[in-house]
Amino acid sequence: MLTRFFYMLREGGMKTSVTELLTLLGAMKQGLAGTSVDDFYYLSRSCLVKDETQFDRYDKIFAAHFRGIEDAFRSLIADVPEDWIRQLGTLDLTDEERAEIESLGGFDEIMKALEERLAEQDERHEGGNKWIGTAGTSPFGVGGFNPEGVRIGKQQGGGSRRGVKVWEQREYRNLDDSVELGTRNIKLALRKLRRFAREGAADQLDLPDTIRSTARNAGYLDLKMVPERHNAIKVLLCLDIGGSMDDHVRVCEELFSAASSEFKHLEYFYFHNFVYESLWKDNRRRHSERIGVQEVIHKYGPDYKLVFVGDATMSPYEIVYPGGSVEHWNEEPGAAWIQRLLNHFPKSIWLNPEPEQRWPHTPSVKITREIMEERMFPLTVRGLDEGIKRLR
Amino acid sequence: MTDNRFKGTDSYIATEDLMMAVNAGVTLERPILVKGEPGTGKTMLAEEVAAALGMPLFDWHIKSTTKAQQGLYEYDAVARLRDSQLGEDRVHDIGNYILKGSLWQAFESEQRPVLLIDEIDKADIEFPNDLLRELDRMEFTVFETGETIQARHRPVIIITSNNEKELPDAFLRRCFFHYIRFPDEDTMQRIVDVHYPGLKKDLLREALAAFFKVREMPGLKKKPSTSELLDWIKLLLAEDIPPEALRAEDNRKAIPPLYGALLKNEQDVHLFEQLVFMNRGGRQ
Repeated sequence: MLTRFFYMLREGGMKTSVTELLTLLGAMKQGLAGTSVDDFYYLSRSCLVKDETQFDRYDKIFAAHFRGIEDAFRSLIADVPEDWIRQLGTLDLTDEERAEIESLGGFDEIMKALEERLAEQDERHEGGNKWIGTAGTSPFGVGGFNPEGVRIGKQQGGGSRRGVKVWEQREYRNLDDSVELGTRNIKLALRKLRRFAREGAADQLDLPDTIRSTARNAGYLDLKMVPERHNAIKVLLCLDIGGSMDDHVRVCEELFSAASSEFKHLEYFYFHNFVYESLWKDNRRRHSERIGVQEVIHKYGPDYKLVFVGDATMSPYEIVYPGGSVEHWNEEPGAAWIQRLLNHFPKSIWLNPEPEQRWPHTPSVKITREIMEERMFPLTVRGLDEGIKRLR
Repeated sequence: MTDNRFKGTDSYIATEDLMMAVNAGVTLERPILVKGEPGTGKTMLAEEVAAALGMPLFDWHIKSTTKAQQGLYEYDAVARLRDSQLGEDRVHDIGNYILKGSLWQAFESEQRPVLLIDEIDKADIEFPNDLLRELDRMEFTVFETGETIQARHRPVIIITSNNEKELPDAFLRRCFFHYIRFPDEDTMQRIVDVHYPGLKKDLLREALAAFFKVREMPGLKKKPSTSELLDWIKLLLAEDIPPEALRAEDNRKAIPPLYGALLKNEQDVHLFEQLVFMNRGGRQ
């Protein structure tokens, strides 16, 4: 029972375990799932999924597996235009056709169109690609194929309409973890970089050591103190600013605010498009107050983790040629300067706010990735996670 | 089983999926893990379940320094050491220095209790792993005295998390999971209704409309949540604000009164005022 569903979940990349399946079966044996599909959906989700970022994936698999069953349920309760929806055959579509249907537009548009079509249509329909009915490619009806389609299971007179089922609403879509970051998400990811160490003044009572030395001291109190534990990680953040980065200001701000509250030792610098001989800390005084990259290298030890944030989108000349900078004449190419930084800071990554799919189309991203030895990651929760693994 | 099903209470509106998770946890005697935005009533849930099912409630609030052991018991070695140096009698019985933790107290309860483990994600990342056996078998051993404490009744365990740390898989597998979504407008109306039953319909409608508008504002650092809405309504009632004052269409008073209860962040208040100001400028 449910074994097939269980393996579908596993194949779908969910980490559902046997224990959880057994729990679900146990719960069903106790009669918890009741008699409705909705109840079963809630129960199974609460047993099998332990992470809200996986809800969306679960909903999809659930829908795929229980489509037939749900139809059966519905036909029991339906007081519907039954012959509109009677399932006669399932369409076999090619991938191109699917893509075409996918391009039909968002859910809202479909809902709007549905209202219009409901007003127009007043008889049973089958096949075809516009009217509501079965086995067609219209977004409305049952048994056809349309990824954003609306299921019509109940319709009385002019009004009440049963739309997408609970799991088909896919309300948790936003929580999938490849979405962009919020401050809190970033903090969570950065937290994985923490490393605690005892440093500074000894101001905490070290109970085990006190007891040990008191025992050695023939029972007379011998207090031992230790310093408090602090996060000892040191981070050097270099942010690209201006130009093509304007689209990503918000996510960079969030990263920055999360990072500054998370790390005690955080230093940051700005650069424009690429790193050359100097960086700056204050954008308003970027032309007067600069700090040389050499100075950065001298000042911050190799125990700092170096993180670049930038879209690496520019003309390749700006990286590999002397004088390539758009702002000034640089004696040495940016690639030489970044190489100096990379040699000094062995742990370094590049975070790129541009979506990963676009990287291969930009030559400068390719060059930067080569310089970074592939340590470039998208600025999403997953990308940050992977990046931080490389920093540890 | 029918009589001890949790269906929400007079003061707590539970959605269908939440009820399912709670009932599954109660029936199968497994912990229920509840996640969700801050202020959506995660902690309240435990209190309400206890009230609804007539069970005593034990709570254990987790801090960043909490150790799993502290939920079981603590051995107050320093007190014993001090007593020994003062030559007190009670020093001979180690049991005098064992302080019971919340878990122990819940295990000892005469009646089946509810145990709330609040904000488990605040503790160290290994914390949940240290509790696996205790939550599974509902027993533990006191090493100092050698006795084994066993739960008389398996407590209903409700664990809340704000998602600040990922919880270990082994721990998750033992729990039922529920994610409290932010309530939609209908549910919110019901929630406010149970908290302020006498509230005038029009005031409530205006307040809710204003509240959801504020929530939809782009760029807020911390969106106001249910508990903030309830506080705000309380203030509105106390100040006797007329419903008309909340109507955002009214250009001159476009800022909802007492919005300090909704926005808890300086930058948010600032942004909010700016947006309202721009809005007003555009309309006139």
